[in-house]
Amino acid sequence: MKIQRRVKYEEELDTGFLDEIKSMSGCTELDECIQCGTCSSSCPMSIYMDYPPRKIIAMVKNGFADEALRSFTIWLCPSCYTCQVRCPAKIKITDVMYALKRKAIEKKVYPARFAIPVLDREMSRLIAKHGRNSEMWLILNLYLKSRNPLGMLKMAPLGFKLMKAGRMSLRRESIKNKKQLKSLLSAIKEGT
Amino acid sequence: MNGYIYYPGCSLKGNSRSYEESILPVFKELGLPLQELEDWNCCGATAYFSVDDTMAAAICGRNLSLAEKTGKDIVAPCAGCYLTLKKSNKFLASRQPKAAKILRALKNSGCEYQGTVEVKHPLEILVKDIGPKAIKAMVRNPLSGLKVACYYGCQLVRPYTDFDDPDYPTTLDTLMEAIGAKAVDFAAKTRCCGGSLTGTIEDVGLRLNYILLKEAKRKNADVVVTICPLCQFNLEITQRKIVKRYKEDIQMPILYFSQLLGLALGIPKEDLGISRSIVPLKPLWEKLGHGGVK
Repeated sequence: MKIQRRVKYEEELDTGFLDEIKSMSGCTELDECIQCGTCSSSCPMSIYMDYPPRKIIAMVKNGFADEALRSFTIWLCPSCYTCQVRCPAKIKITDVMYALKRKAIEKKVYPARFAIPVLDREMSRLIAKHGRNSEMWLILNLYLKSRNPLGMLKMAPLGFKLMKAGRMSLRRESIKNKKQLKSLLSAIKEGT
Repeated sequence: MNGYIYYPGCSLKGNSRSYEESILPVFKELGLPLQELEDWNCCGATAYFSVDDTMAAAICGRNLSLAEKTGKDIVAPCAGCYLTLKKSNKFLASRQPKAAKILRALKNSGCEYQGTVEVKHPLEILVKDIGPKAIKAMVRNPLSGLKVACYYGCQLVRPYTDFDDPDYPTTLDTLMEAIGAKAVDFAAKTRCCGGSLTGTIEDVGLRLNYILLKEAKRKNADVVVTICPLCQFNLEITQRKIVKRYKEDIQMPILYFSQLLGLALGIPKEDLGISRSIVPLKPLWEKLGHGGVK
């Protein structure tokens, strides 16, 4: 039998990771974690996660940057804030998950073709461009960009039903003052 | 601020237009007619905060600025919009360097924001400002005998609620009792419906909604009442597949609280967007004695 090491040696850890994440919004209290597990036991998604929230926090605190950022966990967080309101150490766990998502996008290490980051990116893109989301176009883009034509076919009957009820249309929604939105977003980008 | 300006968000103009179709006549009936915020942009929901939080707060800042110019506070019926606008509002008031940067960018783009707007949910206004007593006095068709499971979901009550409990809220139950319905003890009232996961990882979405519907059935509810477009959508569209997969009869009408409130206030059901339901409502009408579907 071959013995395999499953935990990193100290010198393999990313020692700057905690400070890097702590500098992001909502993450200043990360140090206070007492590893009680209230978050993991409150989370409706933890049974589907590769690491439950408590472990993710421990990973961030101890420099397991790659594991945390490449995890499915951060994308599976549906942002229900149950962990956050229950945390006895007052860590804003949902906001930490958001920060890790952004870091994973920044470092381009999120799971490829995984539908959730695709949805987030496509929706942001639609809004940045038109000022409004168009539900139907968002869904079409989601299936297209996550390369899941079968998923689209499976959703088609429901789509027709919703169209019949007047709840879905192919109309592109947009704001009038797109110029203002564009100037606002570029002002942010340039860091005025 | 004086009065409210209505922020619809994408859902109330699309998939959940029945929410808009019922909330507007209800507020009119209650003497608080709502005007729509001119040229509002999307709130960005959970998506934009996952990609870029500065941009996300900035686009919300534009909405807050538009509202400020009208001199009114925002009323946002969608729980996602409500939370996102509230979160951004808090952030912009935080005096963090990033917040200052956003406020500067807003000013330079012609949408200066002073920070005077409050973001409220219609439920909060109904129960805290108008009050269940006043609403009860206006009821023309009490929904007697109707058992409702009040489903609050997540983002209305967490993490910033200042009008109800984050784990076991009761305002919607109070409102439903005021219009004559019986609110069952719905233990799953703040359990997550999965949000957009129903569209991205279907198996998980089905399971989460199965748990909710099963609990509503167990408590003998006739209908689940929601306050959020995504909750309503998920609970409704997953039903057929849940029945197929779990071989259990969990079918049940899913309506917005504003639709039931409208019925109780005597607004004709044709004017409340009720025909947009894709789950059969016959059991509901039988219970209410209003007869016939649609």
